[in-house]
Amino acid sequence: MLERIGVAVTEVRQPKHLAHVERLIIPGGESTTIGRLMVLYELLEPIRARAQAGMPLWGTCAGAILMARQIADGKPGQPALELMDIVARRNAFGRQLDSFEADLLIDALGDAPMHTVFIRAPILEQPGPAVEVLAVLDDGRIVAARQNRLLASSFHPELTDDDRMHRFFLEL
Amino acid sequence: MDKSTWTTKAGLAQMLKGGVIMDVVTPEQARIAEEAGAVAVMALERVPADIRAQGGVARMSDPDMIQGIIEAVTIPVMAKARIGHIVEAQVLESLGVDYIDESEVLTPADEEHHINKHRYKVPFICGCRNLGEALRRIGEGAAMLRTKGEAGTGDVVEAVRHARTVMAEIRRLSSMDEDELFTYAKSIQAPYELVRSVAENRKLPVVNFAAGGIATPADAALMMQLGVDGVFVGSGIFKSGDPVKRARAIVQATTHYNEPDIIAEVSRGLGEAMVGINISSLPAGQLMAGRGW
Repeated sequence: MLERIGVAVTEVRQPKHLAHVERLIIPGGESTTIGRLMVLYELLEPIRARAQAGMPLWGTCAGAILMARQIADGKPGQPALELMDIVARRNAFGRQLDSFEADLLIDALGDAPMHTVFIRAPILEQPGPAVEVLAVLDDGRIVAARQNRLLASSFHPELTDDDRMHRFFLEL
Repeated sequence: MDKSTWTTKAGLAQMLKGGVIMDVVTPEQARIAEEAGAVAVMALERVPADIRAQGGVARMSDPDMIQGIIEAVTIPVMAKARIGHIVEAQVLESLGVDYIDESEVLTPADEEHHINKHRYKVPFICGCRNLGEALRRIGEGAAMLRTKGEAGTGDVVEAVRHARTVMAEIRRLSSMDEDELFTYAKSIQAPYELVRSVAENRKLPVVNFAAGGIATPADAALMMQLGVDGVFVGSGIFKSGDPVKRARAIVQATTHYNEPDIIAEVSRGLGEAMVGINISSLPAGQLMAGRGW
C-alpha cells in the first residue's frame, strides 16, 4: 500500500534499522510475539524514545495493543511500549469465528465510509484527555484513535484497497 | 457487519507471516510455545514422530484436550482434521478453533475428495507439494497453505523439495504467455482462474508456510530464505532435549533469517535435536506427503 502511494519502505527488525526510518508502523500479528522480540532485540526503548521525540508511530491491531498505556485481557507482564493514554482490550470480539468486516464513517478521512477488516481485533477504551477518538463502531466502541503523532487502529486498512488511513498517517 | 468472509479467513494468515507455529499436545506445552514467541499453536494428540512410532489410525484430537489448549493461551489455536473428514471439521468448528488443518499427518478419511472448505465459517490450512496441489486446495476453499515436507522425521529434505517446487513453478508460470496458461492449468490440474491470478501477481493468493521436518534454527531460516512466509515446527521442539530453549531459538532464527550471526548465536548449546529419521530409509508406505489428491 505504501509503495503504491510512492513511499520508500523498509523493515525494522533490529535497533540499527530504526535509524533509517522517519515514521514507523507496528503491524498486526500477535502482540505477545512482537513484544517478546522487541525486548529480546532491544527495540522497546529506542522506539519509545523516538516516538516521544516526535516520530509518527502507527499501530494496527497488535501494534495498537503495544502502544496502549495498559493492556486488558493480555498475558500478565506482557511487554509493551505504553505510549498512548488508552487501554487496549485484546481479542475483544472473541475468536477467529468472530472476525468481521464493516463499513465505518471516519470523519478525519472524509465523507465516504471506510471498509474495515477486524481480525481477532482489540478495542480501545478509556481514552485520556490528549486522545482524539477517530472511529467508533455502531455500539460506540472505539476502534481508532490518535494522540498527537501517535495513531492506533483495531482494524487492518492494509487488507483493503482504501489508502486513506495510510495517507492520514503520512500527514501526521 | 459480515463475519467469516474470505478476507477475514485469509487475513488471519497474513497476521501470522514471519512467525513460527508449534505442535503442542498439552496446555503446558502450549504455554511454553506462547512464551517462546509462537504466533499460533497446533493442538494435536500425538506429534507426528509419535504417530510414526506408534502406528495405528491417527484421528482428530479429543475435544477436551483442544479446549484445554484454547483456554491456556491467547494466541490462535489450530487443530487437525483428517483429509475428507467433513464431520471432524464440523466438530472443530463448533469448538471454536481459529484454523483447521486438513492434514495428511492424520490417516485420510476419504481417498478421493478433500473437504469442501467453502462450506465452513472457520478458515482452513492445507498441505501441498507443488503448485497444482496448492491451487486445487485454494479452489476448495483453503485460506492458507503449507508445503508438506515429511512430518515427524526431523529431515528437512522434503520440506526443501516442496518449497522449491512451488516457488519454481510460480516463477515459470509468471513468464508464460497468456495463451499458454490454459494448457498449463490443465497439465497441473488446477483451476484456470487461480493459475491466471498467480501468473499476474507472481505469487500465491494466500499465505504459504513450510512444514514437515524442520528441527533446528538453521532449518527454519533455510525455509524462510527459500521464500516461504513462516514455518511450522512439529516434533522438532518437544521431541528435543531442551524444548524451551529450542523453541525460542527457532522463533528468533525465523525472524532474523537473513542474519547468520544471530542464527549462529541462537544455535549454541541447544542440547539434543530430535533424533530424526533419514527419509531415504523410509519405505514408501510410511510416507505421509503422498496423502492428498
